[in-house]
Amino acid sequence: MIKSLDPRVIRAAIEDSNPIEPLKEMDQWETYEVFHQKKRGDQHMHVGIVHAPNTEMALLFGKEQFGRRGISVNIWVVKTRDVFTTDYEDSDIFETIPEKQYREAGGYKVMDKINKFKKGLGPKD
Amino acid sequence: MYGNAYIDTTEKPAGILEGEDPQRLQEFEARVARGEKIEPKDWMPREYRKQLIRMIEQHGHSEIIGALPEGTWITRAPGFKRKLALMAKVQDEVGHAQLLYSAAETLGKTREAMINDLITGKSKYSNVFNYPAYTWADACIIAWLIDAGAIINQVANAKGSYGPYGRALDRICTEESFHLKYGHDNVVTLATGTPKQREMVQAALTRWWPPIMHFFGPSDKISSHTEILMRWKVKMATNDDMRQQFLNMYVPKIWDLGLNVPDVNLKKNEDGKWDYTEPDWEEFKRVINGGGPCNAERLAVRRMAEERGRWVRNALNTSDAKYVAPFA
Repeated sequence: MIKSLDPRVIRAAIEDSNPIEPLKEMDQWETYEVFHQKKRGDQHMHVGIVHAPNTEMALLFGKEQFGRRGISVNIWVVKTRDVFTTDYEDSDIFETIPEKQYREAGGYKVMDKINKFKKGLGPKD
Repeated sequence: MYGNAYIDTTEKPAGILEGEDPQRLQEFEARVARGEKIEPKDWMPREYRKQLIRMIEQHGHSEIIGALPEGTWITRAPGFKRKLALMAKVQDEVGHAQLLYSAAETLGKTREAMINDLITGKSKYSNVFNYPAYTWADACIIAWLIDAGAIINQVANAKGSYGPYGRALDRICTEESFHLKYGHDNVVTLATGTPKQREMVQAALTRWWPPIMHFFGPSDKISSHTEILMRWKVKMATNDDMRQQFLNMYVPKIWDLGLNVPDVNLKKNEDGKWDYTEPDWEEFKRVINGGGPCNAERLAVRRMAEERGRWVRNALNTSDAKYVAPFA
């Protein structure tokens, strides 16, 4: 028996030599991506993964792993294999031409026009 | 807590970069130098992947095994409040292992393979946990000073280049702040208590000082290997720098309590560096290679837990499950 200062280990009565079968593939199950919401009204955010045998357990582990400090009000889980992603290799798909002022608020200078108009210098028709 | 991993920089440095595509390597190094994070599917040098897997995995194992000497005292904690606090701390540590294993998995090693390597003794974990926690005071010293050492290591590594590891460490460091305060509070309670309590905490400090000095690992020679790992932001500080930082932050706090650090050579120089007796690295090697007082027990307990919990996991299995490595 394994000798120990820990009474729990003594009670467990562990053989001196206790070789075990190596864990097989999937012994720890597949992974779920976990999203949490910090407070009602916020977006859910990705926080990490858990290994779980089913969605029910994934929600339980997700709550224990990411929500045990009272910083979550809601959790979503989804199987990793059900998530579709873009590749960083293809990050050029996000590139665009720099002259796209027309789709930004700063691209429109209406006050300039209004002030000019008010001073009576506006264009005559 | 607990995280630190030893990178064996004495391994033959030749051939580290052999066969790597020079252009991709250059792009990779430029990206790291710019402070960009590397993500799982990005191209990375073989050695980068290998050392990160080893480091993160060891760090995860340390969290699991470290829970054993502390967990010992849950059933015998002095008072209900301390029992609750210690249970919360140990739960955190096991949660940290989950986060770290997940980060290592993104590099292509499955969780089963990591657990197998732990229980067969192939993978290492932090050497300090091969020593027993004789008294409650030992558990207090671990919670304060081992966690303190781990925080120094983890704060440095959180700024490393690998995205998933950094994110896991950010989360871990947030929880560690409670551990450190909890540990300090416990040590202060004993140190400012009865003569018997002071005696207990001093004895625990004396026992734990050598493992604490070992904690950051042997001096790293500035080898080309270390240099590359630091350039890649895998290793963020030398072992000696981290040890100095620890001494600078915590020796004054230990002395504040009138406790005696068992090293006659310990003093701060005018240049701000600490002198100390060189730790016994032969002892360190002996223990890390299986010769410590608790190595056999730690792994036996871990194997017992895997084996006796297996039927529960099997009962929960579903036939259509399929493993996919996590993305981030």
